[in-house]
Amino acid sequence: MIRIERRLTESRWLVAAVPAGSLVAAAILSGLILLVTGHDPVATWSRLLDRGFFAPGAMSATLVTATPLLLTGLAAAAAFRMQTWNIGAEGQLYLGAVGASGIGIALRDQSPFLVIPAMILAGIVTGAAWAAIPGVLRAYTRTNEIITSLMLNYVAGLLMSYLIFDSHSYWRDLSTFTARVFPQGKYLPDAASWPNFPLGGIAIPLGFVLGMIAAAVLWVIYTATRFGFEARVIGDSRAAAHYAGIRTRRKIVAVMALSGALAGIGGASEIGDFRHVLDPRGLQQASFGYAGIVVAALARLNPFAVIVVAILLGGLSNAGFSLQGATFPAGLVGTLQGLILFCALAGELLVHYRIRFARRAGAAPPAPVPARAEIA
Amino acid sequence: MRGITKRFPGVLANDQVDFEALPGEVHALLGENGAGKSTLSNILTGLYRPDEGEMLLYGKPATFHAPRDAIDAGVGMVHQHFRLAASFTVAENLVLGHRDAADRGLLLEPRVVEGRIAELSRRYRMPVNPRARIWQLSVGEQQRVEILKVLYRGARILILDEPTSQLTPQEADDLFQTLRLMAAEQRTIIFISHKLEEVMAVSNRVTVLRRGKVIGTVMTGDTNTRELARMMVGRDVVFTQKKQGPAQAERQVALELRQVSATGDLGTPALHNVNLTVHAGEIVGVAGVAGNGQHELAEVVTGMRRRTSGQVIVTGRPARGSNPLEAIRRGIAYVPDDRLGTGVAPSLSVAENLVLKAFRRPPISTQGFLHPRRIRANAVELMRRFNIAASSPQTPARQLSGGNIQKVLLARELSSHPRVLVACSPTSGLDVGATDTVRGLLLEAARDGVGILLISEDLDEILALADRIAVLYGGRITGIVERQHAEVEQLGLMMAGAATK
Repeated sequence: MIRIERRLTESRWLVAAVPAGSLVAAAILSGLILLVTGHDPVATWSRLLDRGFFAPGAMSATLVTATPLLLTGLAAAAAFRMQTWNIGAEGQLYLGAVGASGIGIALRDQSPFLVIPAMILAGIVTGAAWAAIPGVLRAYTRTNEIITSLMLNYVAGLLMSYLIFDSHSYWRDLSTFTARVFPQGKYLPDAASWPNFPLGGIAIPLGFVLGMIAAAVLWVIYTATRFGFEARVIGDSRAAAHYAGIRTRRKIVAVMALSGALAGIGGASEIGDFRHVLDPRGLQQASFGYAGIVVAALARLNPFAVIVVAILLGGLSNAGFSLQGATFPAGLVGTLQGLILFCALAGELLVHYRIRFARRAGAAPPAPVPARAEIA
Repeated sequence: MRGITKRFPGVLANDQVDFEALPGEVHALLGENGAGKSTLSNILTGLYRPDEGEMLLYGKPATFHAPRDAIDAGVGMVHQHFRLAASFTVAENLVLGHRDAADRGLLLEPRVVEGRIAELSRRYRMPVNPRARIWQLSVGEQQRVEILKVLYRGARILILDEPTSQLTPQEADDLFQTLRLMAAEQRTIIFISHKLEEVMAVSNRVTVLRRGKVIGTVMTGDTNTRELARMMVGRDVVFTQKKQGPAQAERQVALELRQVSATGDLGTPALHNVNLTVHAGEIVGVAGVAGNGQHELAEVVTGMRRRTSGQVIVTGRPARGSNPLEAIRRGIAYVPDDRLGTGVAPSLSVAENLVLKAFRRPPISTQGFLHPRRIRANAVELMRRFNIAASSPQTPARQLSGGNIQKVLLARELSSHPRVLVACSPTSGLDVGATDTVRGLLLEAARDGVGILLISEDLDEILALADRIAVLYGGRITGIVERQHAEVEQLGLMMAGAATK
């Protein structure tokens, strides 16, 4: 009989060894599939790495995908650290995009030094406000925030579609006949285009820089401030927080808003850095908010690890696009990406739990006992 | 049982244990927490299998692969925490998971079962209504149902794990009567306990376990509590006792409750017009059977529960609202009964738990930022002063033993220089050594002028520490007596709701 038990202690070396083991497992499994389907595994992997990270321009393209993943990953990590399950980064990112594009259009004749900070601020405010809705419901009516934040994603998606496709809203371009027949958003002025910072041939978008700053701020908040301490106590035990006189309700709303603000910056960056127009279909297809949950989980909610994971996943997804072709079907690309994610998440389980093989029911003690690393 | 050894990773729970119990005797199994009593009884009931050693039942070797085998062999266990389905009747609980003649296919035959229950409860003087639903019964009655369940399944060997922990003294006496009756019928009773007095009162023989080993088996008639305590702990034990009460007339009132009422978690009334005064330097014990409003009383005083009426007054100033932060600022310290989960945040480190309340103020934090070095220095200092055994200040609280968690709690609460300390069951589940330390700390705090409200189900503890004893029954104070004039029988009657003189 096999049973899975929670580890009481997480040993240090496992934290490092398990991701490495997961990579090896992913390599073996994907290698088998590539062999069976008649592809050369080594050549495929080197192409994957090349297209994702090392070829000229590959890293810049990877950062385009990594930027929103970084911000939604941080959004998820900020909330999950307090055991508040904000699944709504998706919708909060949409709202950030709506807010930032609205401000960008409104301030069309102003200097970039005014427009760009205003867009960032708009993204923060709209994202935070959208996240505060499930936060308030959670804190004051004990509504499950997983469900409310998830449902608000659909509302946010429909709101975006309404602004562009189903109304003559401020965001919609009605200046030409074609635009009236085939609805699209107003393009933002050049002053609203965010700069990027070249570094050794790699163009680093402003959004990514903001994400790195946000990661550092988040780390400081959670390790060195009263606010972070209170959030950690709440995350560990609501009863202990109540006992210690911590105002749990306000804190839940505040952390949800913080989480939404980060996703909102992601939405603003989508507009300012990359799209320059409110694009409901494109944003919804990308599902950066949901992918951010995976990023946060793989990074074990560590803000700095979120940066690394976002780049890795961004590269993986970019390489996937260039890998597929006549001899390499898109389904196989998806399978490879899925396998890598699967192995990483399965490895995560082994850090927290261990598997015991017992000969017979009743032979193993059901009580948890101090754990030694038993999985090699 | 011969040469029983059971290892858990890092722990030798039972080491070459030899244990025998005869038909017709009440055999007490005595030991501190972690001495191996539970492991041994779990082996005896088939929950664990021993790594070494063998078990003989009435001379024949027996191997249990699962709890079912033990039940079939006539070994039954009455757990400390009852395992009854609350919405089912007594009769239904007895046949639950048990197949026999009264159970034909899917249909139960209630009359057959009820008849057998009536017969059993007459024989062992355990009155209980077979048609009552479990939630309607008192704790004592529920325990009778547990015992009946084991008897109903034909047990000839009964194991009772700390059976008196939730009973009033009278209920415990009734239980002892029942156990003697069963022993007289040549059944074997194994009575697990760490309370010396009741072991002396009920058993014929005592086997003492310490750190997984049998220290010895003695006839109860040939021993005394001092000797048993020494065998159990390995050294002489003199429990800390309160020397003398303070001259309370001269002392300032630390805490006063006036006509306080509150509701329980289900919205039902839990406290009715409670009046209580605690003077500085005084320990007021609140005795009572669990669930009579103790929990609500502690929470109302500490601001964790809203009161529906009345006033909580600390050093002359009434509380305005009821929230924990206000109570903390007014100098009310609290040691809750749920240590790991309420009293400490289990995954946070010892150092962080030691500033769980002080983190708001300088020197621990200024302008919203924490000072890790001061948090660490605070931890090092308190760990030394209160003798907290943790491998480092960074150790998560949940990895500590119960005694050390309690020391963390007391270190934090007492270092805040409170005016009032509310302590709920402060030594429940602790071993003898830790119990003594905790009691010592409470007495020291009282000497320093803290008014202590000691809420405990352990009457012995209250008698050892309190200056005055209030009894809580059904959410009302049914009487307050000075310790010098307290009699166990009288307190027991008050705890059971009987009218007082």
